[in-house]
Amino acid sequence: MTAWIPLLVILPLSGAFLIAIFSGMFKRIGGILTPLFMLILTCLGFMFFFRETDVLVYHIGGWELYNGIPVGIHFVVDGLSVLMVAIINLMGFLASFYSVSYIRKFTGEKYYYALFCLMVAGMNGVVLTGDLFNMFIFLEIAVISSYALVAFGIEREELEASFKYQVLGGVASLVILLGIALIYWNTGTLNIADIAIVLKENGDNKLISFVQVLLIAGFGLKAAMIPFHAWLPDAHSSAPSPISAMLSGVLIKAVGVYAIMRLFFNMFTLSYEISMLITVIGAVSMVGGVLLAVGQWDFKRLLAYHSISQMGYVVLGVGMGMVILSVGGSRDVAVLAIAGGLYHMVNHAVFKGLLFLNAGAVEYKTGTRMLREMGGLSNNMPLTSATYFSASMAISGIPPFNGFFSKLLIIIAAVQGGFYLMAILAVVVSIITLASFLKVHRYAFIGFSRFKNKKMFGEAPFGMGLPMVILAVLCLGLSLLIIPFFRDIFLSPAVNTLIHTLDYSQPILGLLP
Amino acid sequence: MILYILCFILFLVGLYGVITRRNVIKIVLGICIMEYSLNLLLILIGYVDEGVAPIVVRETMASKFVDPLPQAMVLTVIVIGLATTAMLLAIAIRVYKKHGTFDIREIKNLKG
Repeated sequence: MTAWIPLLVILPLSGAFLIAIFSGMFKRIGGILTPLFMLILTCLGFMFFFRETDVLVYHIGGWELYNGIPVGIHFVVDGLSVLMVAIINLMGFLASFYSVSYIRKFTGEKYYYALFCLMVAGMNGVVLTGDLFNMFIFLEIAVISSYALVAFGIEREELEASFKYQVLGGVASLVILLGIALIYWNTGTLNIADIAIVLKENGDNKLISFVQVLLIAGFGLKAAMIPFHAWLPDAHSSAPSPISAMLSGVLIKAVGVYAIMRLFFNMFTLSYEISMLITVIGAVSMVGGVLLAVGQWDFKRLLAYHSISQMGYVVLGVGMGMVILSVGGSRDVAVLAIAGGLYHMVNHAVFKGLLFLNAGAVEYKTGTRMLREMGGLSNNMPLTSATYFSASMAISGIPPFNGFFSKLLIIIAAVQGGFYLMAILAVVVSIITLASFLKVHRYAFIGFSRFKNKKMFGEAPFGMGLPMVILAVLCLGLSLLIIPFFRDIFLSPAVNTLIHTLDYSQPILGLLP
Repeated sequence: MILYILCFILFLVGLYGVITRRNVIKIVLGICIMEYSLNLLLILIGYVDEGVAPIVVRETMASKFVDPLPQAMVLTVIVIGLATTAMLLAIAIRVYKKHGTFDIREIKNLKG
């Protein structure tokens, strides 16, 4: 099964180049190849859930370990990577299927699909690689293609949003690179597993603390945590809707939160101060994002602010797990907190992707994103309205939808771990989220029509309806992850990777446990 | 040590430019300066006093080599920097065509 790992990067990369080369001859090649490749990748990703050994290591170019020293780059598939790969490729498949109908109104279809494949290749690379500098390269592949995709409409707003995103993203990349350079200076290696061993032997170090702050700033900018959030509402609301779904659904997770989790759990030694910093950043994003979202009248901008808030929940859950582990508290509570964070990350990909696809369908049919100009859409677009209802209930944490269970896990962990303020904040933010989504429901979907032209709008076409229905079913279906049978297959390996912080290095460096 | 500190100061000069300049092109230049300072830093990290290029020829085995890995990394960073700069300038040209100005104070449709 190890031999299949590089396909996760090779397939989308080759897709990007094939589409760019052959779209001159075959007009529709992008719309056919992209969903097909993404479907294959989704199957591959889910296949890795049923791998024989816990950790699979692929040595690129056949560069095996030399006297126990890693000389090449490794792809590592463990519980956390495989969870991320599954989300990325599933969302990629649904978004690309949706794009086939949606993107017809744009020119330059072939560039769209090529950039889409390139972005997926970058994200798959980030979550698979076991090398720090290689992670930076894949991160740049993913974000540079997303810069171009944000500007895809080439109107005033899109260009401005893309420029802001590029400047802040460029600064973030360089800060991350500075951190990587300083780590290489200090440890003399770039392999994450090897760095973890070296840092453990060297002990505490001022330079490493500085690097940790640099990396939190860099990856926090990519993940749009609150002091660094300014680019996200512009970029995510200006992009074409399937791309918004990909950006909010998976990109900020793959290049931001995943990298923070991987590096701070498995590479650095956990320290109380840094863990507390991450927890506080998560809590501030959770509260600030939702307060900024309430006053928005642009449908996609409102959703973008909610992304900040929901990613705050994820970071809060994971950060609480870090704090509990670093002070040597109860392991069970740490497991609960981290499981809540990861579970919420999976759920957020599904419901936020669905909400952006809904917003896209509304914009596609009515031509506006302003909530004050809408109204009565539930009569005209019953499918969009029903799926929107399912997603909004999931994001506000109403049982039996999936958002309820993940938020419940985080809140229980906060109470058991003694973070009473965080628990209260999580409940309050959930209520404000519900209020803000009921506002959208009230203005856009029920009531009488406020559209300027009083014609009837039809339902979105089949190609856009099917992904929305699949995601709405997943909103309910992912609640099953709380049942031990499914949890043991999908969620527990990821939690175990994070909780046994130093076990990550052993299979990669061939050490005996 | 003074060289490392100068490198870091160059990085901060770039960051200062990105933060304070109003002109789109000057912001792009600031990002470029940050990137070059990091390239210099990477090369400095790999530098060894009196080291030679790490090429092993059968007869001559030098005792000291400079570290080749940062040099490979710098090559990669230069290529990535090319892509970033090209993308930024392409957007800057489009922004100029749409708005008719390079001043970021006048490019502010999105807020709130």
